[in-house]
Order: sequence, then C-alpha cells, then structure tokens
Amino acid sequence: MTDTVAHAAATPEVEQPFEALGLKPDEYQRIREILGRRPTSGELAMYSVMWSEHCSYKSSKVHLRQFGQKTTEAMRSKLLAGMGENAGVVDVGEGWAVTFKVESHNHPSFIEPYQGAATGVGGIVRDIISMGARPVAVMDQLRFGAIDHPDTARVVHGVVGGISFYGNCLGLPNIGGETWFDSCYQDNPLVNALAVGVLRHEDLHLANARGAGNKVVLFGARTGGDGIGGASILASDTFSEGGPTKRPAVQVGDPFAEKVLIECCLELFRGDLVEGIQDLGAAGISCATSELAAAGDGGMQVELDRVLLRDPTLTAEEILMSESQERMMAIVRPEKLEDFLKVTAKWEVESSVLGEVTDTGRLVINWHGEEIVNVDPSTVAIDGPVYERPMRRPDWLDALQADSASALPRSADPTELRTQFLKLLGSANLASKSWITDQYDRYVGGDTALAFPDDAGMLRIDEQSGLGVALASDANGRYAQLDPYAGAQLALAEAYRNVAVSGASPAAVSDCLNFGSPEDPEVMWQFAQAVTGLADGCLQLGIPVTGGNVSLYNQTGGKAIHPTPVVAVLGIIDDVGRRVPSGWQDEGENIYLLGTTSEELDGSAWAGTIHNHLGGRPPAVDLDAEARLAGLLSAAAHESLVSSAHDLSDGGLAQSLAEAVLRFGVGARVWLGELMERDGIDQTAALFSESTGRVIVSVPREDDVKFRGLCEARGYPVLRIGVTDAESDSLEIQDLFSCRVSELRETHAGTLPNYFG
Amino acid sequence: MTRIGVITFPGSLDDRDALRAVRRAGAEPVSLWHGDHDLQGVDALILPGGFSYGDYLRCGAIAGLSPIMAEVREAAGRGLPILGICNGFQMLVEAHLLPGGLVRNDRGTFICRDQKLRVENTSTAWTNKFSQGQEIIIPLKNGEGGYIADQETLDRLEGEGRVVFRYLEVNPNGSMNDIAGITNEAGNVVGLMPHPEHATEEGFGPDTPAAMRNGTDGLTFFASAIAALALA
Repeated sequence: MTDTVAHAAATPEVEQPFEALGLKPDEYQRIREILGRRPTSGELAMYSVMWSEHCSYKSSKVHLRQFGQKTTEAMRSKLLAGMGENAGVVDVGEGWAVTFKVESHNHPSFIEPYQGAATGVGGIVRDIISMGARPVAVMDQLRFGAIDHPDTARVVHGVVGGISFYGNCLGLPNIGGETWFDSCYQDNPLVNALAVGVLRHEDLHLANARGAGNKVVLFGARTGGDGIGGASILASDTFSEGGPTKRPAVQVGDPFAEKVLIECCLELFRGDLVEGIQDLGAAGISCATSELAAAGDGGMQVELDRVLLRDPTLTAEEILMSESQERMMAIVRPEKLEDFLKVTAKWEVESSVLGEVTDTGRLVINWHGEEIVNVDPSTVAIDGPVYERPMRRPDWLDALQADSASALPRSADPTELRTQFLKLLGSANLASKSWITDQYDRYVGGDTALAFPDDAGMLRIDEQSGLGVALASDANGRYAQLDPYAGAQLALAEAYRNVAVSGASPAAVSDCLNFGSPEDPEVMWQFAQAVTGLADGCLQLGIPVTGGNVSLYNQTGGKAIHPTPVVAVLGIIDDVGRRVPSGWQDEGENIYLLGTTSEELDGSAWAGTIHNHLGGRPPAVDLDAEARLAGLLSAAAHESLVSSAHDLSDGGLAQSLAEAVLRFGVGARVWLGELMERDGIDQTAALFSESTGRVIVSVPREDDVKFRGLCEARGYPVLRIGVTDAESDSLEIQDLFSCRVSELRETHAGTLPNYFG
Repeated sequence: MTRIGVITFPGSLDDRDALRAVRRAGAEPVSLWHGDHDLQGVDALILPGGFSYGDYLRCGAIAGLSPIMAEVREAAGRGLPILGICNGFQMLVEAHLLPGGLVRNDRGTFICRDQKLRVENTSTAWTNKFSQGQEIIIPLKNGEGGYIADQETLDRLEGEGRVVFRYLEVNPNGSMNDIAGITNEAGNVVGLMPHPEHATEEGFGPDTPAAMRNGTDGLTFFASAIAALALA
C-alpha cells in the first residue's frame, strides 16, 4: 500500500532502509525532527538523494564559502548571476553574456564509460540551457589510469566514444580540453565536462518557481528506471572490491532527444513562454521540485502520477529518484500554457502539467490522489546537513616534499638529452591527443576561431563585431599532490596563461574539484588547501569564480586520487580576427622567451617520465607576474605584433618548442647559451624546467623593435632564443641536438594510436 | 537574387552554417522546415549535415521519409540544383536520388579532419566554377561516411564521370574508389560527405598551407549553383 503522510504519522515504529539509501543514522534522525514524524518512503527517497554529498555539498560547503568571501565588488560587477545558480553568467560586453560551467561525471564513467561520459556532456549542456542561453561549445577534462594498464583502453574507448557520440550529435563544437594518464586514476577515472553558452542580457532565466497558480510542466524524455540513486549511492561513495554492481545507477543518454529539447527550449525562450526553468539532473524530480520551490515562493503542488513514464511499473519513490536524461521542468503562466504546448508539439517533445506553484511554503506531492510528500522544500534543497569534517595535514607530506628532483642524476651528453627530449615528447601526457580530438566535431556552428591543439579554444559570439570568448582548462594532479594550495594556483595560472596567449583577456573562472573521500581527514585537508589556494589566487588576479562543482569519493579502498582541482578560465577578445595561434607559420621570425627560468624540476614531466619520480615542491607561482604577462600578450595581440604564442608548462621549453614546430610543420633554430647564462641554469633545467610565467612568441622581423619596446615598457623579462626556419625542416637546438620535423611528428602522434588505435 | 533553401530536420546541426554560407556566397538563404510540403519557390536546395532523427535505423533513413521529401523528389526531377552534405548526402541516397550507400567508417570511430579532395567533374550544378582536377581542402566530419556500391553501380559512376570528388592523400572512412561525392545522371543533384559550408569564411575554415583556418574552397560550390542558375 502507499506510504502516505497520514500513514507515516500513524506508524512511527516502521523501520526504514535509510542506510541503504546512503543516509547516516543522525541524518535520518534529523529528518524525523524536521517533519515531526517519520518520513514517508517518498520523502525518505527525496531527502536521501538531496542530502547526498553530490547534491548537498555537505562536506565541502564550509570551505566553498571562501569563494564568495574572497570576491570583491569590482570582481562581482561583471557577473549577471553567480554561484548557486545552475551556471554563472558573465557580462562580456555589447549586450552579450556568457555562461559556462565544468561538472564531473566520474563515478558513472568508470562503471559504464560510454553512457557515463555521454550523459556527463548532456547534463552540463542542460545546465547551460537552464540559464536561458544557447549552448555553443563543449570541452572535456579527462583523466585515465596508466596508458599501458590492461583496463585503461576499455575506459578510454568508452569515454571518448561516449563524448563523441553525444556531443557531436548535439551540434556543439568541442574546442579543447585535456587528457592525462596516471596510475592514481586507475580505478577512479575523472570525466569532467565543460559547456559554454551565449545569451543576450535580457534573456537571462533563473531557476525559481514564483507566482502562485503558475503551472509546473515537466517536458522532454519520459521518466524511466535509469540512474536511480546515481547521486547518492554512486557519486557519493567510494568504490570497494567485490560489492554489488552499481550499473543500474548509471543514466542512459539519447542525444537526439537532447538536441530537440535544446531547440525547443530556445524557441520557448524566444516566445517569452517560461517564468522559471530547471534541468533534471542529479536527483531528478526530487531536485527540480524542491529547488524550484525553495528558490521561489516556497510552495508547490505536484500530482506525481501525471509524470509520463517509459516503464509503467515504476513506484512513486523510483519516479522521485530517477535520473533519466533529457528532461526539463518549467514554470509557465496559465495564460501562456497553450502557446507553450504548441512549441513542444512542434518539436515533438512530450510534456505534462504536473501541478502548480503555491504560496503555502510546502512542497506537496500526491500519488493517485493520496498525499505522499509534504515538506518545507528548503529543508530538502537548501538546509541539508553541513559537516565540518576533521582535517589533518598528511604525515607523509614532509617526506614527500623533502624528496626533491634536484637529487636526480642529470646528463650533459647531447645524445642523452636528445633521447630524453623525444621520450618526453612521446610520453602519454605530452603526446598528441589528436587520436581523441579527431573524434570530435570542432567545426559545427561556424564560429570556432581556435580549437585544439592551440592553447585555448576560441569562439566568435557576434558575427558583426567579431566579439568572442576564449576558454582553457588545466589541472596538474602531480603538483597538487606535492602541495594542494600551490597546485590549485598552478592550475589557475596555467589556464589563465593559456587564455592570455590566445590574445584574449581572462575574465572569469569555473572549477571542478576532484578529490578522494571527505571522510579521510588527509583528503579533507587537501581539499581545504586547494579551495583556499584557488580563492586566494582568483582574488589576487581579480577574476571571480562564477560557479563550479565538487566531486568527492574518488577513491577505491584506501587509495585516493591525487587532488585534481580542474580550473577553467574564460577570456574575452573584442575581435577574434586578432587571435593568436600556438605555432609558427612563417619563415625567419624571431622566437622570444618571455619570463625567467629557475631550477624547477620537482613534480615535472621530466622527473616523472625519465625518473619515475614524484617529490619536492612544485614550481613557484607569481600571480602578479602572470597578470603582467597577460597584459603584455593582450597588448601584443591587439597591435598584431606576435604571429604565434605558446605557453610553457608540462615538459618545459623543449616540449613547447616541439609543439610550436608541429602546429604547422615549420622548423626552427634555437640557442640556449644566453638563457643558461642569464638565469644560471644547466641544459636540463633550460630544456625541461617547468617554471611558471613563461611563454614563447614568434615575432615578424618588421615588428621586432616595437615588440621589444613593449616588453621593456612593461618590465617583463624577454630573451631572443631562436628563429623560425622552414627550409631546415627540423628543430635544431644549437650545440645540443637536432630532430627532423617528421621524427618529431611520428614520436608525438604515434603514442595514443599505438595503445588505442 | 538567387534564393537557396536549406531544409531543417529534427536533429539537423549544420543548417544554420549552410544558411550563412549561402548568404556569404551572395545568394538569399531561405530556411525550410521538413514537416512542410512547401519549397517556397527556391531556386536551389541544400540538405544539411547533422544527425537527423538521431541517425536511428540508418543515417538519413527516417528523414528520407519526411513530408518535404516528396517536393524534393519532384524538384530533383525537374532539374533543380540540390546539394546533400554529409547527413544530407545520406538522405539523398536513402531517397534513391543518388545510388549506393554510406556505412560506418572503416576505422570504427567518428573522424573530423581538414580533408584534401580532387574535383573530378566540373559539369555539375555545384562544381562548374572549379577547374578539372582542382585540389581543394574541405572539412570532413562523420561517423558513417564510407561510400559503398555494387560493382555495376561503381562501374557506371566511373564510366559516366559521375564521381564528383575523390579523397586525396588519406581515405578517411574506407570509401570505395576513394569516392567523396557523386552526382545523378542529370548533374543537378550532388551529394558529398565533406562540408563545403565550413570552408566559406577566412578565420573559420580549414587550415591551408598558406595560413591557419583560412580555407574558403567551399564558396565555389555555392558560386557554381548561382552561375548555373544564371545561365538557365
């Protein structure tokens, strides 16, 4: 029989399966206190998913507050909507706004890589639509286990295939992202997806249910039995050996349904037919009803049996928890309902009016005429548990930080240095990712100004003016393992620099914080450090965090992943025609290195690949220098003084030179003598050190004087280290070694096909 | 002004890009809806790329049965220039306006690349402004672009010069005879897997040896149709 509110009040002694739903005993007690009775099975289902770590941020909330606290009024002034909304919205000028967000879909992607990754793309895209924006591009941040581990190919094929299948079918260009391989992700791969959308200022929609009597409409795909408990049981727990399969908790995606839903929503927006809108993602109807009501007038009445079902045998609890994809919930004025339904009919999108907004302050859900939920929606959606989890600096950290790469053997032998250079170039993390990115459509939409392998993806927003945005995302788990505070700032600095080299001005940040179990005090300490580092860094750079996502429990047994704070930076460029590519195209241009190089090999690709070593302290971050560098690059792009610019990061100068050669197949002659003398470093550091604040640029001869003048005026260190040389068809590092372009290409491009081709 | 229609099907993706390319080439773009029995009197038609109906059943199979396809068939019969791009090519094949079939890429995965092609036939409505044997670069992006046909059909296509484009350097999807695009007997209906609409604007097209993203070879497709219509 149905567990109604009245029945629950009359039967306090009934034992409820709260632990199987992921709730702790004290959390269950609190629900009983809030309600003044035991919850019905429907209410228990709602609370269990909404109070899960994934939905409630109960372990991370106390730390995430820093992002708000460390945002100044000046930083906030460019935000039309900030944290807490489905996605942050940034004013980019000319009446345009941009919304972007990164989100994780890690746990499902290990269980069922193809569907897990596909629905990760689908979910983040619906977040963007929920703001009233047209989605215009996606990027993804992927982390897999060791490239040669027998299980890695399964996950790689599934994840890349899923993103390709879903993203391509939506008609959204995939303009960038990153892929890492590291054994720390073997049983916990990370699949983060970023989407960006564009809207006019006046089209902003917020997710709330206001206006008593307004209709609550569920539309899109039918509700099925997939993804039940996805947020609570799957995404808010660690994996353990030998447990039951969690496959049924993974959602299944239908990109065609999503594509039609996108077009349908955009037509609804154009017709001004919705008052509020929210996508259905984690926690499905439980989340959408409680969040919309809590953010609006506070009340909602829903007839749950009006939900259109894919499987008629679903119970009320399953319907409340289902995470079936491609669904949206809209709040519609009664007088606009007919027009609303005309648009959904045109796109052959099914819809059902579930109920209406009320001013009772209660979310009431009925099932076949009986009341099964009667709660204050804010207790479900907002006032969930908040934990101040214990934190402890890891005991092993001192020993790890003391184990510097400076003690590793080095060679001055040119042949050995050449071997090391090529080994790095072909290593899993530095090798070309085109085997992956060639599976993504980067053209659709016709506005892609830059995409991989350039440092940032860039899109035109306004065809008349050329206004555009650039996006880059980065994270280095190795650095963050050595020092999570610095690691988060290094990710920020690199993404910021990657946007700057493209010619755009960095303007806003989104993040996806991937960590192990919050119940481990050492992980919690890493998390807090990373959040503090990122919040401090954004404050120093003066760019706000607009929103983000936290993924915890990326842990199998006692082994957590390296802390992996993925940071995405959005930049603005007033004319994408002035964008700067990452490689040189023309003969006889001067190659300059901006910034200085220190002895910084701890945590580097060189230490990892050549010596299988991770220890010491990551490179120093100087965010003031990064800001000055970005200003310099922006000015140089604006005056068209540089014909290419490429960031130095993993693998150091040697890797960046190789990539700049490979971008268009134009060779170069480079000398390191002056650099080594000026900065007091040896060949190994000159080639492979990962000091920050560095970029290589190529400058046409006729702009040489102006460019040097610009660097001097801005007081940024600059050194000419080479010239481009198309004739030679090779990269020559004078006095050390030379490599044919073809050899570089085979080394760089061969690795991924070798394992996955 | 020449009016060129672009039909949007549920799941079409490159329809807006095709409309924009038509405008850039100097014609008037006309947006058409698959559910209408109305071509709005356009002078030429484009079936755009995408995943119409999610490619369910077979690529282009369901769209091939859309209401507007009756008018498309009729228009093809009276010589209206029709271009099928990628999914549009698949629809033309499903609608039996072009012979053969398109199957999953031999590599098994989706492929996006700047593809070199050779123009083999310059007498069609969409290629008359190219020179015979001209080498062009056009973006290609598909999962099911492998062209197949029985030997008799292949022999006929080759014998009658109806192979319009051939892949050069790399055959990206295992197409028989490196076929990238074909035409009907009359030369007014052309289908190809690569996307000419994505090579129509400097800065947003394929990389060329001269510069990044500045390939505009696709413009010639639309200019050819405009020229063919001016002569008619």
